Amino acid sequence: MAAMLLEAKGISKYFGAITALRDVNFHVAPGEVLGVVGDNGAGKSTLMKILSGLFTPSEGELVFNGAPVKFGSPKDAQKLGIEMVYQDFALAGNMPIYENIYLGREPGTKFGPLTIVDHKRSRQMATDHLDRLHIHVKSVEQNTEDLSGGQRQAVAIARATAFDAKLVIMDEPTAALAIKEVGKVLDLVRSLKEHGVAVIIISHRMDDIFYCCDRVMALYQGTNFAEAELTQTSRNEVIGWIMGTKGHTATLAHDNMH
Amino acid sequence: MSDTPATKSGFSLRGPGMSKFLEVYGIILVVVVMMLVLAVIKPEVFLSAQNLTNILKQNASLALLALGMYVVIVTAGIDLSVGSIMGLSMVCLAVASKAGVPWPIVLLIGPAIGLLVGWVNGVGLTVLKLPHPFIMTLGTLNVARGLTYLISNGAPISGLQPEVRFIGQAYFGFGMAPPAGIPASMLLVAVCAIGLWFFLEKTNMGRHIFAIGGNPHAARVSGINVDRTLVVVYMISGFMAGLSGLLLAGRTDSGFPNAGIGIELDAIAAVIIGGASFFGGRGTVLGVLAGVLIMGILRNGLNINNVSAFWQQILIGLVIIIAVYIDVLRRRAAVRR
Repeated sequence: MAAMLLEAKGISKYFGAITALRDVNFHVAPGEVLGVVGDNGAGKSTLMKILSGLFTPSEGELVFNGAPVKFGSPKDAQKLGIEMVYQDFALAGNMPIYENIYLGREPGTKFGPLTIVDHKRSRQMATDHLDRLHIHVKSVEQNTEDLSGGQRQAVAIARATAFDAKLVIMDEPTAALAIKEVGKVLDLVRSLKEHGVAVIIISHRMDDIFYCCDRVMALYQGTNFAEAELTQTSRNEVIGWIMGTKGHTATLAHDNMH
Repeated sequence: MSDTPATKSGFSLRGPGMSKFLEVYGIILVVVVMMLVLAVIKPEVFLSAQNLTNILKQNASLALLALGMYVVIVTAGIDLSVGSIMGLSMVCLAVASKAGVPWPIVLLIGPAIGLLVGWVNGVGLTVLKLPHPFIMTLGTLNVARGLTYLISNGAPISGLQPEVRFIGQAYFGFGMAPPAGIPASMLLVAVCAIGLWFFLEKTNMGRHIFAIGGNPHAARVSGINVDRTLVVVYMISGFMAGLSGLLLAGRTDSGFPNAGIGIELDAIAAVIIGGASFFGGRGTVLGVLAGVLIMGILRNGLNINNVSAFWQQILIGLVIIIAVYIDVLRRRAAVRR
């Protein structure tokens, strides 16, 4: 098996008396697309928040490219190339595409605490970057509030990958999209993979998982429940995992859905 | 810039280029039209150099307050304390001037007090996590006004050093016969406006201020220190209010404790009339200056036509409502796209 990009070993997370995660192990390789599934409260988002530096684990350790790491804030994770794409896109609608892509990391000349932003360079960098990802927009000057859901998601992904990202974590990337746009965003995920970027997709939609993931792992009540290469499992088995059942036949799991 | 989705969705009656142009410069047109109307009605009075100079001079303090308020409103906040900061600055610098403090230090007192109260506003908002800046600045509005009365004992203090009066009173004739000329206060407004424009449009912190106004969550996850930025925002507003206190003290040669009562509402009105959105994230420095001029010219025009001050207030109220209604219509059109 290839060297791991990011590993989590024996992660537990307690919020007071509540155990959100118990002894969870996790790994993702460069260029791998991993689907993470689980019911509400299974610990998916807690785990992702630990991976992206928003939470620190109560127990266990994170290993990045073979070396143990500790994240004090999302900035620390970003420095290593771990980026998060939020379900609501987290874009400033009143600002143009290119400013959103470089928000907080504007190119320009530094003067003490201030940076004089080089808008021209920023526009050019954004245009080039979107071209690389085969994302088509009319102009990087468009405000993101004028874009469709799919275009916004594309801009959010472009922002996540603007600075040599190694791992992009996507929280329900298709939940807020029109059906006809879902395919485009998933194709974008595939093209990230081709660029060697690892992607973690949290999703409830089996279609998403089975369209672009290499491997799927299920969390159940804060623990590792099951995991398999995509070729070794089926939709109904994965749906069974989400509900905490193993070994059911396809028909049984399907019946449980209704 | 030239093509937005509007072109495609049958919304092209007013092309996006035109609507963008109107959004930015429409407000200037309003100022020009008002001036033309007044020039036709009262050419000999309105167009006199003295009257035009007066309009600029009388509105310089309001312009500074409005510029500071604009930065706050871009973050979807509000600063009710600016009028009180102005009064407190005036009284403090007047006391210092009378006490014989060297004039360079006296000049710094107003802006320094503004920065201090602004810092308190920002810290109160972000550290105490008060639910809305309205509350924190309503508090400092009262505290600063109370201090103003305490320090001045409720009475005006007049007789400032000439250097302190300079910025509020000086004129540069440029060959024009006094009292016409370019007031020094107007130059100060111009410098502040250009500086603020540069800060907001060209620096990362300026862009972060707009991002906070557009979507605070997006700003936070982009690694922007939202709390620190907000503290700076309220300090800018306070600084401008202190500076405007210095101007008014110079112009009136005194520090009077009632100065600036209610003027925060004029500043808010000017910003809103100038096209900044009360919901944050939108507006231009040019629009704010136009908003100040619209209020100033409206008052001046009604004055020189002998319309009572009561009517002025009614008209300004209506202008505010119409200006915000236009903003509402614009947003609705944007949603329909």
